[in-house]
Amino acid sequence: MAISKAEVYKVAALARLKLSEQEADQFTSQLNDILEFANKLNELDTENVQPTSHVLPIHNVFREDEVRSSTDRDKALKNAPEQQDHMFYVPAVFE
Amino acid sequence: MSLFNDSLKGLHKRLAKREITASDLVNESLRRIVEVDSHIKAFIKVDEEGARQRARELDEKLASGAERGFLAALPAGIKDNICIEGMTTTCGSQLLSNYEPIYSATVMHKLAQAEAITMGKLNMDEFAMGSSTENSSYHPTRNPWNPEKVPGGSSGGSAASVAAREVYFSLGSDTGGSIRQPAAFCGVVGLKPTYGRVSRYGLVAFASSLDQIGPLTKNVEDTAYVLQVISGHDACDSTSANVEVPDYLSALTGEIKGMRIAVAKEMMGEGIDPSVRERVQEAIVKLEQMGAYVEEVSLPHTEYAVPAYYLIAPAEASSNLARYDGVRYGVRKEGKNLVDMYLETRSQGFGPEVKRRIMLGTYALSSGYYDAYYLKAQKVRTLIRQDFDKVFEQFDVIVGPTTPTTAFGIGEIVNDPLTMYMNDILTIPVNLAGLPAISIPCGLAEGMPVGLQIIGKPFDESTVLRVAHAYEQETGPMPAPMVGGKTE
Repeated sequence: MAISKAEVYKVAALARLKLSEQEADQFTSQLNDILEFANKLNELDTENVQPTSHVLPIHNVFREDEVRSSTDRDKALKNAPEQQDHMFYVPAVFE
Repeated sequence: MSLFNDSLKGLHKRLAKREITASDLVNESLRRIVEVDSHIKAFIKVDEEGARQRARELDEKLASGAERGFLAALPAGIKDNICIEGMTTTCGSQLLSNYEPIYSATVMHKLAQAEAITMGKLNMDEFAMGSSTENSSYHPTRNPWNPEKVPGGSSGGSAASVAAREVYFSLGSDTGGSIRQPAAFCGVVGLKPTYGRVSRYGLVAFASSLDQIGPLTKNVEDTAYVLQVISGHDACDSTSANVEVPDYLSALTGEIKGMRIAVAKEMMGEGIDPSVRERVQEAIVKLEQMGAYVEEVSLPHTEYAVPAYYLIAPAEASSNLARYDGVRYGVRKEGKNLVDMYLETRSQGFGPEVKRRIMLGTYALSSGYYDAYYLKAQKVRTLIRQDFDKVFEQFDVIVGPTTPTTAFGIGEIVNDPLTMYMNDILTIPVNLAGLPAISIPCGLAEGMPVGLQIIGKPFDESTVLRVAHAYEQETGPMPAPMVGGKTE
């Protein structure tokens, strides 16, 4: 088995997901199927192969370091679930 | 007969002669939406008022004898992961059910400049993750050819709306086949451009190294028109390529004599439904009769594309979707502290397929597994690219089926992720290599459309379009399906 139920809970915590008991069971079985399928890649020797993260021969894209106008503050806050004093408002970080 | 059966050129001429108006075109689109959308449910939102308003403005402008834009007055549908300022953009997710972008995607600015008219936002699998549009958190979309079948996905609404003649053209996005597979299932033309050809600015990111926006239309010529408008370098997208955009319409010569066409044996073999293979073989014979030179080749790493993709795409997605935290936009679910709010927002806001891919991607990128899964997949991606490079040293295009089967039934494989993933076996290698590819109809199998995929060299959409157009000229256009017991 590639991934245990305990690991599924650990990964969910990393991804900021809360799983129900039923979801955890289902993901454990489905992720195992998918990872087992992914193990097919081990049939290939890739020792001397460079990885491709991106197909275009572009590396860094820079522009001139000049001041430009940015999004209006109220506009940027338009979709905020909650705001206060022209800032995004979040629940307490510490209890 | 619907105005939508006329060609773009024909409509342009009729607009110039004032035989028809922009309002006529918009009214026709709205009439069709009322008539058929209750059967197929391609739209998440129809912007009736906005479209009528835009048509009136255009009619005033046209009456003054002003120049017409390249896509003047053509009603378009937009996949709901492409941002339009002030219009709800949900990505098929409950989490974004209230999200109104504060800017428009570059492709939307380009369409506006060409004077196309946006009719509304089209249904899709949540965050473009899926091959059937059943993962939309709003409603499934049905195939216009048979309401018991899926339209494909994730751009299912984009393909169904064009097939059902609700809009003249649509935009979709393609990460592993999400334009071409639904185009094949719905009997329309769908093009995934070369990675970097079309700006992704304003496209909600799924897997950033694979995503690409492209058109879906009734015929190849219309695809060339739309591609002409949306292509080109954009400073707002640092992965958009600074490569000259050729005149795509001049590529449509109808001539493919002497062209070198490869058929990959891995794309015609086991796992391809015999009725699909038969239609594709007939199409290949047709291309040969038209003067092309056809030869069988090998893309030896094809079978590794799906497992590589299902590590790379979820890894990129798990990173991209980290932004949905209930702070800056989207539907927040309250929690007793900040972390609890994140957990509630994401767990209640995302559907099962999205969670599955975030989990898979997070795992593949996590400490101890990075090299074994993610890095390994990226190396295999290199091998897949090299397969294509080698074939393209000697050939102009590669042809084969777009999908292993025709459209499957609604509910048939929705609970079987691996089987669903295998549906993209013929389209995924193209995304991994960043190549352009089109799906065009090549007949029916048991009453459902079959798609022919034509894959080209990087930035050589012209040759792909030329072959597709020549084939279409030779065989005639795909007829429109009967929707809800009616033709248009």
